[in-house]
Amino acid sequence: MRQPHHAPRPLLEIRDLRVQFATPQGTATAINGVDLQLAAGQCLGILGESGSGKSVTARTIMGLLDTPPARVAGGEILLNGEDLLSIGAKRRRQLTGPCMSMVFQDALSALNPVHPVGRQIGELFRVHRGYSRKAAKAAAIEMMDRVRIPAAASRVNDYPHQFSGGMRQRIVIAMALALGPELLIADEPTTALDVTVQAQILELLKEQQAENNMGLILITHDISVVREVTDQVAVMYAGRIIEQGPTAQVLSAPRHPYTRGLAESVASEALKGHRLPAIPGSPPDLLNIPVGCSFANRCFLADEACTAAVPALEAISAGRQSACFHSQEVPSHAAYSH
Amino acid sequence: MSATSTTIGPGDGAQAVDRAPAPSRGAHRRWWLRPRLAISGTIVLLMIIMAAFPQLFTGFGAGPTENCDIMLSNQAPSAAHLFGIDIQGCDYYTNVIYGARASILVGIVVSAIAFAIAALVGAIAGYFGGWVDAVISRICDMAFGLPFILAAIVVLQLFGQRNIWTVIFALALFSWPGGVRFMRSSVLEIRHREYVQAARLLGAGNRRIIAKHIVPNAVTPLLVLQTLGVGGMISAEAGLTFIGIGLTPPAVSWGLQLAAARDYIDAAPHLLLFPAIFLTITVLGFVLFGEALRDEFDPKGK
Amino acid sequence: MLGYTVRRIGQMIPVLLGATFIIYALTFLMPGDPISALTGERPLPEATVAQIRQAYHLDDPFFVQYGNYILGVFRGDFGIDFFGRPVLGLILERLPTTLALALTAWVLKLFIGLLIGVYGGLRAGKTGDHFALVFTVLFMGVPGFVIALGAQTYFGVHLGWVDPAGIRAGWPMAFILPALVMALEAAAGLARLTRTSLVDVLRAEYLRTAKAKGLTPRRIIWGHALRNAMIPVVTYLGLSLAGMLGGAVIIEAIFNLPGIGGLMVSSINNKEGTVVVGIATLLVLVYLVFNLLVDLTYGLIDPRVRI
Repeated sequence: MRQPHHAPRPLLEIRDLRVQFATPQGTATAINGVDLQLAAGQCLGILGESGSGKSVTARTIMGLLDTPPARVAGGEILLNGEDLLSIGAKRRRQLTGPCMSMVFQDALSALNPVHPVGRQIGELFRVHRGYSRKAAKAAAIEMMDRVRIPAAASRVNDYPHQFSGGMRQRIVIAMALALGPELLIADEPTTALDVTVQAQILELLKEQQAENNMGLILITHDISVVREVTDQVAVMYAGRIIEQGPTAQVLSAPRHPYTRGLAESVASEALKGHRLPAIPGSPPDLLNIPVGCSFANRCFLADEACTAAVPALEAISAGRQSACFHSQEVPSHAAYSH
Repeated sequence: MSATSTTIGPGDGAQAVDRAPAPSRGAHRRWWLRPRLAISGTIVLLMIIMAAFPQLFTGFGAGPTENCDIMLSNQAPSAAHLFGIDIQGCDYYTNVIYGARASILVGIVVSAIAFAIAALVGAIAGYFGGWVDAVISRICDMAFGLPFILAAIVVLQLFGQRNIWTVIFALALFSWPGGVRFMRSSVLEIRHREYVQAARLLGAGNRRIIAKHIVPNAVTPLLVLQTLGVGGMISAEAGLTFIGIGLTPPAVSWGLQLAAARDYIDAAPHLLLFPAIFLTITVLGFVLFGEALRDEFDPKGK
Repeated sequence: MLGYTVRRIGQMIPVLLGATFIIYALTFLMPGDPISALTGERPLPEATVAQIRQAYHLDDPFFVQYGNYILGVFRGDFGIDFFGRPVLGLILERLPTTLALALTAWVLKLFIGLLIGVYGGLRAGKTGDHFALVFTVLFMGVPGFVIALGAQTYFGVHLGWVDPAGIRAGWPMAFILPALVMALEAAAGLARLTRTSLVDVLRAEYLRTAKAKGLTPRRIIWGHALRNAMIPVVTYLGLSLAGMLGGAVIIEAIFNLPGIGGLMVSSINNKEGTVVVGIATLLVLVYLVFNLLVDLTYGLIDPRVRI
């Protein structure tokens, strides 16, 4: 599943990433061998529930994990071929901001309450580009315009608490886009927002991504967001990617029982009055991950093979991968609705 | 999985990792394995016993003002008199041991009174709100407007002869506003909890709700706060006594001993040393004990 | 801003009245007749006593006395003592010493407390933090006046570095030791608060944002963490300045500084109620003014409460 030699080098390539957390109860494995690739101009959705490792993946790429308790136990994260896990702190600072940046979930807590928003955006220009105070402010206004904050010039000195939730998220996006990064990671960028505002923010992200040919990683637990915005999707479960491929294909014809469970639970919204197909059981204890497939205890297809070994993420058709011994049987099986 | 949402529900226990847990500070350990609580608890217990039964420590011998020989005044420590002899020619060890009572009694009783007032008044203010709360809060503001030591001095000067109870009265009079505010905010938090609402719906009266539901559930943090204050009260008593505004003779207290010793710093430094050591250990013990308790009940408050 | 200031001053007035009333009531409930204390052994003729009582309004109902007093205070008239000296003059004569002591101690405390608190907060959980914690517990636990006595005995009497008795050396020499003693005791609380606040802020999401902007650790701490961490600290600092005025009373007595503390103690012994009340009133006023200043500064540091 490594990139063939003749293909263009991907913007981001993650190889066998493993991250562990020291907890009072023992070592929890948050990421357990993740491989990912992202090309410039591509939009990848990472779909998973809380604790599946999707946010930890994002923070590991950005170098935002608190170590300790977190520890990168292995793997590589290559940004334009440069391993982010082995570079020094200084080089990482040079890359963070200009080459990769991040949009956070809760804009109110992501913005510093005591500084005007203009200064927070302008700081990037001052630190990375050496702009003067005045030039940085002008650049900040330009960025606020770009993310369509009305009357940007007059609001540049306002504080985060003076903006609405949607506007605050726009400011966070302006900050992330300021230095024209090649890679943008958005971690649940719309979870804290109203539904109407959600759509606007997603629209903005998508449009900016296309305009600047950025690689965008969108982390979410919301399938509809993934469907609307992303080209590719990677589904995470218990620290591993269990299915990956073009978004439309994966969601319409899942080849992993977990993805199928998710897709059906969404589709069932149309089937009001019918019994809901839910995935029985709960995710495995990260402190004590089972020997075999993490999903086996909840899976309708599980057999002895599944509890004996971990299924590898393997190609099942062009551009699609699934980590399931029974990926062929997933579409046809009667599954949850009995 | 919910059908009304397109999102994936939270997984059990897995969020812990997602939110990067801070390493716990050994909550699973037994309390007596924690040295700070054990050491400070022992000091506190020892001092309380010393205050209650000083005879246990002086071998049931003579009291602090008995068997004195003025000819031996200010004698340095010796085998017969471990802490030496004081100005009046009395055994200093006995005096210092008997001095514990004033400090401990003042510290604990003042804090207990402050605790009782704060628990009751704070609960009333927080529970009823409205004008009751406004009046109580304004009174607290006024009492807060007075620097504590200053207010205590003004009260103490009303009395010519000051014993332990006078000092307790003076210190307790202005010791409660902090606790009242603290309790009030705790109560405001739990007032709307479901069990309080449930009790009200079941027809419980205000008095019953305050006594059975509000106070018991808000009182532990207040208790810890007041425990932290015991050391400060002991310090305040000794300080006031030292400058001549607190206890007056014939009371026996570390503050009085320090005040008397001050004129003999060169001739008899032991007079200063022993009460200072006892006072310091006591206050330190209570401060440590309060802090250990607080960490016990609220590990984040550190 | 102006409206807010006016409103805050309006709120101060009942507190000022209440607090001074408490002091006034307590003082003039003092047992013992001030006139007999003044005259000593030899009794005065009835007529003279009546004349003095009249002159000092001692026969008026209590509330009238208080009302007259507080009206006088607002005109800057704190009354006169039994020797006919204006109380305000007596206090103002002593006030600079106390203010100098309290302010010196406060500034020292500011430096020591912030230094230890920030150090402990930045190194939270590491060895340096534990040392800082031990330091703060020691200075919180050891009573200030015991440290004062020890310091005076050692540095004053034994080493002769500082004049143990009084103010002859002037500021700063005569003030360093007492101020340092006060500062150490008070710095412990400040260090604790600063550390806790900083640890909380260091966990905040916006510091993660700052890191995601590729800022240096130094810029993250100075530009983003400290100012937020200072928000609760500023309130505490303002309140503690008033507390230091109270604490100065005891330290002054130990170090023989001729400040308000000495005046207070001697007035109490002489049953000079007017002076006692005057001191208390003035200190309450100072306290309230500081409180107001803190409230107004608060808006400068935290834009969320800006008015």
